[in-house]
Amino acid sequence: MIIQAMAFYLFATVTVASAVMVISVRNPVHSVLFLILTFFNAAGLFVLLGAEFLAMILVIVYVGAVAVLFLFVVMMLDIDFVELRQGFLNYLPVGGAIGFILVLELILVLGASSVIQVPEGMAASPAPPLGEVTNTEALGRILYTDYVYLFQTAGLVLLVAMIGAIVLTLRAREGVRRQNISDQVARTPALGMELKDVKPGQGL
Amino acid sequence: MTPDAFVPPNLLPALPEILMACGAMALLMLGVYRSHAPARVVTQGALFVLMAAAALVLLQGGARVETFSGGFVSDAFSRFAKILILLGSGVTLIMSQGYLRREHMDRFEFPVLVLLATLGMMMMVSAGDLISLYMGLELQSLALYVLAAFKRDSQRATEAGLKYFVLGALASGILLYGASLIYGFTGTVNFVKLAAIFGDDHAQPGLGLIFGLVFLTAGLAFKISAVPFHMWTPDVYEGAPTPVTALLASAPKVAAMALFVRVMSQPLLGMVGEWQQIVVFISIASMVLGAVAAIGQKNIKRLMAFSSIGHMGFALVGLAAGTEEGVQGVLIYLAIYVAMNFGVFGCILAMRNKGGQMEAINDLAGLGRSNPMMALALALLMFSLAGIPPLAGFFAKFYVFLAAVHAGLYVLAVIGVLASVIGAYYYLRIIKIMYFDEPAEATNWPMSPPLRLIVAGSSLFSLFFFIYPMPLVTGAATAAAVLFK
Repeated sequence: MIIQAMAFYLFATVTVASAVMVISVRNPVHSVLFLILTFFNAAGLFVLLGAEFLAMILVIVYVGAVAVLFLFVVMMLDIDFVELRQGFLNYLPVGGAIGFILVLELILVLGASSVIQVPEGMAASPAPPLGEVTNTEALGRILYTDYVYLFQTAGLVLLVAMIGAIVLTLRAREGVRRQNISDQVARTPALGMELKDVKPGQGL
Repeated sequence: MTPDAFVPPNLLPALPEILMACGAMALLMLGVYRSHAPARVVTQGALFVLMAAAALVLLQGGARVETFSGGFVSDAFSRFAKILILLGSGVTLIMSQGYLRREHMDRFEFPVLVLLATLGMMMMVSAGDLISLYMGLELQSLALYVLAAFKRDSQRATEAGLKYFVLGALASGILLYGASLIYGFTGTVNFVKLAAIFGDDHAQPGLGLIFGLVFLTAGLAFKISAVPFHMWTPDVYEGAPTPVTALLASAPKVAAMALFVRVMSQPLLGMVGEWQQIVVFISIASMVLGAVAAIGQKNIKRLMAFSSIGHMGFALVGLAAGTEEGVQGVLIYLAIYVAMNFGVFGCILAMRNKGGQMEAINDLAGLGRSNPMMALALALLMFSLAGIPPLAGFFAKFYVFLAAVHAGLYVLAVIGVLASVIGAYYYLRIIKIMYFDEPAEATNWPMSPPLRLIVAGSSLFSLFFFIYPMPLVTGAATAAAVLFK
């Protein structure tokens, strides 16, 4: 039990600390690296909760794809982050006020947390006890059966994203030499060569 | 726990959607692998798929059917909305042909994206739980973002697409947050179960639930572009290619409004006291802003954007009533609004000279002499949009205001009528410009035969609706009845 508590405090502290570092360090590359550290520690917290599937997704999707994408953007695009931060102080009062109000409202909501008692058998898909089924397996059981409709729809959403990316960016460029294998194979000596009868002493 | 034996879901209720999905993918393949004139063939294919889906929707009979563990619902309400949506998408696809060819935008992805957006809309109106609501909404929105930016060489279109995307993503986030709060406080996402929880008199709706409800409403209000979530509408309508604007103003509005009505009157009917005040407010704000802000507009697409904001406000009057009669009014309103929009956008698409598409309202000057038929049709549609009896637009307003009065919302009805009087000013101004202003240059806008047919059909519908309104009224009544059983 004590080890679990220690692990929790370790992960939680590092998560919060590195999250602060993400927005406070000057170098954007360091900022993204701290973001990755935050994700790893949040994944650790999920494992402690027994949600190992979420932990894996967090590492694979967020660290493996999203954060690396951020890193690419930061390194490839010449964005002047110092200039971007210039407006920060101007917007701070308004943004801070809105954030403060939202936090206050959320505290009010949580303070009055009158969770309606869900009648028996009402819950969407009750989680099976951890000891019997791992939550990856439990998710797998309903994802492709009860939620097959939503799973397929998610596929369609991704298809639209793919079509959109191609439609909006792909351009047929002029003057690009492409290999046409059938043309190459169909080439005959008559097409490739020209015989010239060169008279002696005259040249071409 | 042993896994239960898997029972395959009943696919029959979702047959039109499955057809649309498979059709869109097949047409995508066809477009990719066909080298000669793919856009033409794919467009014809897309129209065929839309018609086949409409036929399947019409064939589905009677009662309410649920499938996919309650995530998908097919009932009279969803069928009514689906027919409207399919009609809206089909007509805009036909209208867009000439424009796309002229502007060199006739790529085969356009009809495929329209099909996928339509599929998303059909999923929205058939949503049986909060997750399928969100998935349908995202499929629709994502396809529409791409369509808005489809003219990628135009700075305005790209800006419109990006603006729409960023604000739309924010609205989706807000909606999702609201949905997650509702799920968190009730433990279910299913509409029927939510209705049971909210309908229970002993269960006092907690602060958290109201919080979730407000966020959910805000997200939905964005999608129907109701004030105060309307900021994106004028810019997107103006910047997007005109056929896309015509699409944005018809089918997605129907889908989002139908979704709004379903969410408010099925799972959340028990909280009518909580949401009624929100809906009354956004309804009044939309009507007033739509009427006042449109007066100063010079661009006709921008004007139609404010007009659509105003019209959504009027439709919300019916929802605010929170009764079966009110929902019937909303459905009639949507059908008439979509029908009138076809004609107006048909005329806007016909406005062009050698330099390209014309969008200024002043370009219409002198149309009464140079093209009397088109001017007459547009004048009829403008009178109808303003709500002047005995045209269709009057009856649309009549049904929603009647429902509001019966529900005791007198203030709302009075403000609505006043807003409609103010709004009449800018519709009538267009008629004045067409008939009494001197033309700046010769206007001779030839219309392609399909466009002419659509404009004529739309204006004749507005003119003669009062003679035989029964099919629409009874259809809307049966559709509204299923929500209040």
